[in-house]
Amino acid sequence: MSAWIIIGLFFLVGVIVPVGAIVTAWILSPKKPNPVKDTTYECGVETVGDSWVQFKAQYYIFALVFLIFDVETVFLFPWAVKLGSLGLFAVVEGIIFILILIAGLVYTWRKGMLEWA
Amino acid sequence: MTPDQIVFLIVALFTLGSGFMVVTSGNLVHAALWLISTLFGVAVTFALLNANFLAVVQVVVYIGAIAILFIFAVMLTRKDIRDQGPQVNKNWWFGALLSVSTFAGLYFLLQGWEGMSKTASAFPSGFDAVAELGNELISPTGYVLPFEVASVLLVAALVGAVYVAFNPRSGK
Amino acid sequence: MGFWNDPLKAAADWLMDIFTGWGMPELATQILVAFLGVLLLIVILMVLDIVLVWVERKVVSRFQSRIGPNRVGPFGLIQPFADIIKLLIKEDITPSGADKVVYNLAPILSMMSVLILWAVVPLAPQILGADTDLNIGALYIVAAGAISTLSIIMAGWSSNNKYSLIGAFREVAVMLSFEIPMLAVLLIPTIFAKSMGIVKIVDAQDTWFVFLAPLAALIFFIAAIAELGRAPFDMGEAESELVAGYNIEYSGMKFGMFYAGELLHAFTFGGFWAILFFGGYRFFGLEQVNPILAVAILLFKAFIGYWLIMWVRYTVLRIRIDHMLSFNWKFLTPMAFVLLMVTALLNALLAETPPWVYVSSMFLSNIALAWGALELARSYSRREREKVEGPKPAVETTHH
Repeated sequence: MSAWIIIGLFFLVGVIVPVGAIVTAWILSPKKPNPVKDTTYECGVETVGDSWVQFKAQYYIFALVFLIFDVETVFLFPWAVKLGSLGLFAVVEGIIFILILIAGLVYTWRKGMLEWA
Repeated sequence: MTPDQIVFLIVALFTLGSGFMVVTSGNLVHAALWLISTLFGVAVTFALLNANFLAVVQVVVYIGAIAILFIFAVMLTRKDIRDQGPQVNKNWWFGALLSVSTFAGLYFLLQGWEGMSKTASAFPSGFDAVAELGNELISPTGYVLPFEVASVLLVAALVGAVYVAFNPRSGK
Repeated sequence: MGFWNDPLKAAADWLMDIFTGWGMPELATQILVAFLGVLLLIVILMVLDIVLVWVERKVVSRFQSRIGPNRVGPFGLIQPFADIIKLLIKEDITPSGADKVVYNLAPILSMMSVLILWAVVPLAPQILGADTDLNIGALYIVAAGAISTLSIIMAGWSSNNKYSLIGAFREVAVMLSFEIPMLAVLLIPTIFAKSMGIVKIVDAQDTWFVFLAPLAALIFFIAAIAELGRAPFDMGEAESELVAGYNIEYSGMKFGMFYAGELLHAFTFGGFWAILFFGGYRFFGLEQVNPILAVAILLFKAFIGYWLIMWVRYTVLRIRIDHMLSFNWKFLTPMAFVLLMVTALLNALLAETPPWVYVSSMFLSNIALAWGALELARSYSRREREKVEGPKPAVETTHH
């Protein structure tokens, strides 16, 4: 039997259990909403303005840098699995691969894109 | 139908339905979330094909990184998450025609292909697809050059992203 | 004796016999039995989660010189059940501006992302989890983390609250950033075990990987705490500035899902730390005696990891987000990649040497690398400090 069936079952049960808990709570709990209770909670002070706030573009930069390194590291996993049996040549290839990407990180760093400013 | 086929049909319908919701949803964040469910459907398809590595990479890279990047971009740039205009423009019939004819063309072409009619043979026991992939990526007779070029490509993408984000006015 | 050697297998076989006796097809029976097994495991995990509520509260109070829950039952042991009853009968408030579907989906996804992690946990040499040995176990941990990230951003956005959105953004930025050193460090057990499969990683640990790569174990620990969003990396719910972060608008059982999910997540990562670096269920051959003993060993190790995570949480102060991201991108990530290169190189160069040379040089290279990295960081921070404060006055030996 494929391992994916077990994982699929984990997804299934992993959804059923929290849904069950929340539905049980929904059945048991009182439901007496009123407009004041349903307002946005901001420490008891009345909400000022829209819930929309401007974010730093820096979040996006970090997500971009993350994306590049994420893809890179994923590439390295098959390399790491096969590393032991292919000797020094494979190691050097991997090291070149990593060094090129570290150069990218250094470039980002020097350009000041890793600063939270 | 075999159980595999039934599962595949459900997954394919789920994926296509989610894809349809991506383009018709008026709320941009909802569209991004439907996109995530489409990508998840593709990951499940990979899993059905026993492509374990691709299935997990699909989740790690597409859902964990690219989709999150989309959501960040949507939230950072749009003041109004809701799209007020209509979801179709006057060229919708042309797009529909194009996609239907593409599908028909693919269907027609693939019907003649022998791979469509025969089932793939099972993996020999002890076959480790990830190890084979690693072997192909780094053995000198395999794809070692594309492997290294991939890292150059990634660095180029990084430099491009940094350049685009670089704001000369603030000097950083 | 057959039953006690592998009770779950015996029970599964017994159930199989019953179901096939009713004329069910083979595959359906297998899936049904597997479903029951998964359900059993997850129910046990939820019960464990309830115990963790008590453990967490008791341990935090000991760290803060308090007694902690001590009223309900002996040592306050009944306290978590009282908590659950309270969560169940508490009114569930949905803020009026919330996006209903996404708002309700987020806590479910949050809990699910933790529970699915247990699909690749090898509990014992023979039991359940071990069947599911995929050749991609190490990446699966990160994939489940992606779903957890998603649930946080969904919760933050759908609540229609400034604080929750800011909290979600911060939390996600931290989780994404620390995923890179975690991925890099996951490659190191992969190199040693020559496989990404978790069971193979456990099997390969005749010497625990913590002796081969102590620095990798430390980086994994730090990155795991950041993934969990616990102090000192709890920017997402910095209660003194963001009220409660991304889950501020949640109440009742939906909040309970986030809370229980976080506790179980911490425990699970304690478990993964043990599995990847401390031999998992292995303990000097004791795991071969009985599977139940093996599970007990794994849970014990997981509890030690969990306790360390708590220790850090209640001792270290929250770090500012810019410091946290600088620490990750300028220190932890380069260090993890250098460590990866050194490990790969040494692994190839020392392949023919006797084990003790291999282990000791791996260990020493890790220590040397950690020392070098710390020295670099120290000189860098001294330079930064001098930029602000001016050079330090020379040592005052001239005037007596």
